[in-house]
This record gives sequence, structure tokens and C-alpha cells, in this order.
Amino acid sequence: MQRRVVVTGIGVISALGHNWCEFWRALREGRSGICPMESVDRALLRFQNGAEVRGYDASRHFDEKEIGLLDRFAQFGVVAAREAIAAAQIEWTPELREETAIVTGSCVGGQTTQDDGFINLYRNNIPRVNPLTIPRTMENAAASRISLETGVVGPTYTVSTACSSSNHAIGQAFWMVRSGAARMAIAGGSEAVFSLGFLKAWEAMRVVAPDTCRPFSRDRRGLILGEGGAMLVLEPLESAQARGATVYGEMVGFGMSSDAFHITQPSPDGAARAMRAVLADAGLQPEDIGYINAHGTGTIANDATETTAIRKVFDAHADRLAVSSTKSMHGHTLGAAGAIEAIATLLALRDGVLPPTANYTEPDPACDLDVVANVPRPCPIEFALSNSFAFGGLNAVLAFRRAD
Amino acid sequence: MPDQELTERVRGIIAATQHVPKEKITADSTFQELGIDSLDGINILFAVESEFNINIPDDAAQNIKSVRDVVEGIAKLIDGRDGQAAVRA
Repeated sequence: MQRRVVVTGIGVISALGHNWCEFWRALREGRSGICPMESVDRALLRFQNGAEVRGYDASRHFDEKEIGLLDRFAQFGVVAAREAIAAAQIEWTPELREETAIVTGSCVGGQTTQDDGFINLYRNNIPRVNPLTIPRTMENAAASRISLETGVVGPTYTVSTACSSSNHAIGQAFWMVRSGAARMAIAGGSEAVFSLGFLKAWEAMRVVAPDTCRPFSRDRRGLILGEGGAMLVLEPLESAQARGATVYGEMVGFGMSSDAFHITQPSPDGAARAMRAVLADAGLQPEDIGYINAHGTGTIANDATETTAIRKVFDAHADRLAVSSTKSMHGHTLGAAGAIEAIATLLALRDGVLPPTANYTEPDPACDLDVVANVPRPCPIEFALSNSFAFGGLNAVLAFRRAD
Repeated sequence: MPDQELTERVRGIIAATQHVPKEKITADSTFQELGIDSLDGINILFAVESEFNINIPDDAAQNIKSVRDVVEGIAKLIDGRDGQAAVRA
């Protein structure tokens, strides 16, 4: 028997603040967290702006030993998970710990740790690398730490599918809870991208905007990288009701696909297949969807391709649904993107306010959708999708429903 | 540097990065004719930047779609032609 699955806890740390309330306040005001980067020497880079988590003091969240064990990316995952778990007011029992799953996503893991270690090795001629480099760098560091802290001993793992990582993670967790394979799940993702070596690699890809992120706008010049973490607590509707938990929204579907087309160029067919798959999984018709939180990176290729894909799937209804990219405010957080945007989507449904596409200046005929330009829109909606399409052609889409 | 010499060096770079015979690459070849996609193009520009010790801005890179575009782009950067300041790495 398939269970209905609801979200009973959410947590976010991002350029828009250190908790989900601050995050949502910024989104519903259309306020962007994109600023000149402070954590690296900008003189060494062609692009200057990023969506950094400002004012983050690790010692407010972790003791010194923990900080030694956790890269910034893992810390963000743990901070978000703690917030989500506290919001869900979970009362742990030995049985619940055994039957809870943790699934996280990360694209590159402990990039900053790796960069620091290699600077010592290659540049400073220090022949020893910190012995904690491996546990700090591994993509599953956040999942493992959350398991250690909560005592959860059920299925725990990490998915790494570039920019789709946390949508794949949340989707898998959703399926486990829906099928009864898990009684509860903590799912999401985290990323910390601001290390010089990694930023130089993005610079070489020539997809980062020199100004800001302007998804779907004719003068868009690329993406803006961001960092952060976001986690959701998923559980069956029945158990949430039985324990009187606050329900932030319902998760109703997960769809995925692979382009099998090109390692970096997106394909409208692959993206369309993932959106059709999520509709089928949720038992929805295209006409049911009122809002799509787009992948919307702000690159020339993604936004035009995503528009084509949405038109393929939704046909005439594409002109009646709203689409926005919140990456214009929290940046592209790679492996955390799906989780951060899932929470934006859930809160948009809950409050009946669509977060806008910020920094939008002029329409692009290749992106002729209703993109909720710059100004949040009050709009009651029942069903929404959240898209993630990754380099490597791997697509994952989530479907949510407003709570009853 | 004369354009002819530049063209020769660019043909060599494209041949090496794309693993195609240099004879197939002419001064008039477009990337499309040579089967060069956007990712290949980025790779070629990376090799060009290293060879000539220049930085090609993203906006200029976006408009480079042929051998001639590459040659003209390099010429602008190393000679400061067209009034554009040379950008050295």
C-alpha cells in the first residue's frame, strides 16, 4: 500500500540567511543574496560575485573537535538537518531510529578541505596532508554526521549527480517512505563551493556571469555560484497526523531521466522525460500544475532548453502556469540546489506566494514563459514541480502539493 | 605577429586538441564544419590562452565560432588592435 508522504520539518542555511524563516522572508521579498565574493581573492578570478553564506560562525554550531572533522559543506548539511529535525519535533525511539533513512546529496563534497591540503602539498612543499582530509572530503560526510548525532541507523547514503544531487536524494527518500521501506526520512543536500581551485574550474567552463544571475532574461550572462544546505523531514501523513506534527506540505511525486545526449549541453527531451515521469509518478495531469520552480540557472543554454522542455510537456497549459528561478536570489548551490528549491516550492504552496525571478530585465523570445519577474506574486496553487537538470545529462524533478 | 603565422599556430592548436588532421582545418573553417561543439570550443580557447599567454574574456569567447574568429580574437588581445587594450595573463 502506498502511503501519502508529508514534509514535517524543514531547515535551510544559504546566502539568504541561516534558517528557513530568514530564507523565506528574503524570497518572498524578492531580495537577492548575490554579492562580491569575500572568501576568496577576487583579483584571481574573472567573475566577482557569488551567493555566500555571510556571517557564518562555525563555533556557534560545533565544538572545535567537530569543526576539525567537518568541512564547511558538511557543516551546512548538519546545521540544516538540526533545524529540520527540531521543527519536526521528532521523539526518537530505538525502533524509529532503525526505520529512519538519511539520504543526502552533494556534488563535490569537501572541496575547500581538498584545496587547502593541496596548497600545502604542491605550493608550500609541506609533504604531509591532514589525516582528517579523507573524512572531511567524502561526499557522505554530512549524512554520516547526521546519523551519528541522531542515532539513526537505518538506510543512510549520499547521491552525487552534480546539480541534481539533492533532488535525486529527496526523491529516493520519498519513495522509501511512500513504499513503507522507511518510517521516516531526513533528506536534502549541501555544498560549499568557494575555494579558489574549484572557482577557477568554473571560470574555465565560461558559464559564470560577470554580473549577476538573470534567469530567463534576454541579457542573462550565466549562473552565479552559491553555497548552503537544506534538509527535509519526510514521513507518512498518517503518522504525522497521529503525533500532531506541523505539516509544511505534501510530497506527491518523483521523476528522473538521463539525456544520453551530451556531457554538458542540456537536452529538452531529457528534461521533458523527467517532468513527464514525475507527473506519472504523482498521478497528475499537466493541467494540475500551477507553478514550476525552474532549474533556471541563468545560462543561455539552460533557460532556453528548459523553456522548450516545459512547452513540450505542458503544451498550451505552459502559458497558464507560473515559472520562476530562485537561483536569482540564493545562487546555484549545485548539490544543494534541489533541496533549497524544494523548500522554496513548499513554502510558496503553503503561503500562496510565488517567489520571483529576481534581476530580470527584458523578455527573451526563447524563454517565453510567465517567469514571475522581480516581484513576488500572491497566487494560491495546489500542485508545483521543482526541476533539477545536471551536467552529465541527469535530470530529477519533484512534485509537491499544498497541505490540506 | 602576421595573421598568417597566427593562423598556422591556431590550426595547429585545433588539430592537437580535436585530434583531427591539420590539413582539414583552413583559415575559413567554421567550428560547425569541423564538428566542434561548445565544450570543444572552450577547450580550444583554453589551449589558445595557454599558448599565447592571454586571457580571453567570456563575452568575446561567446562570439568565437570559426578559425578566423580565433585568429582575430588573439590578434586583438596581443596587439591591442581595434583600440582594445591587450589583456595579459
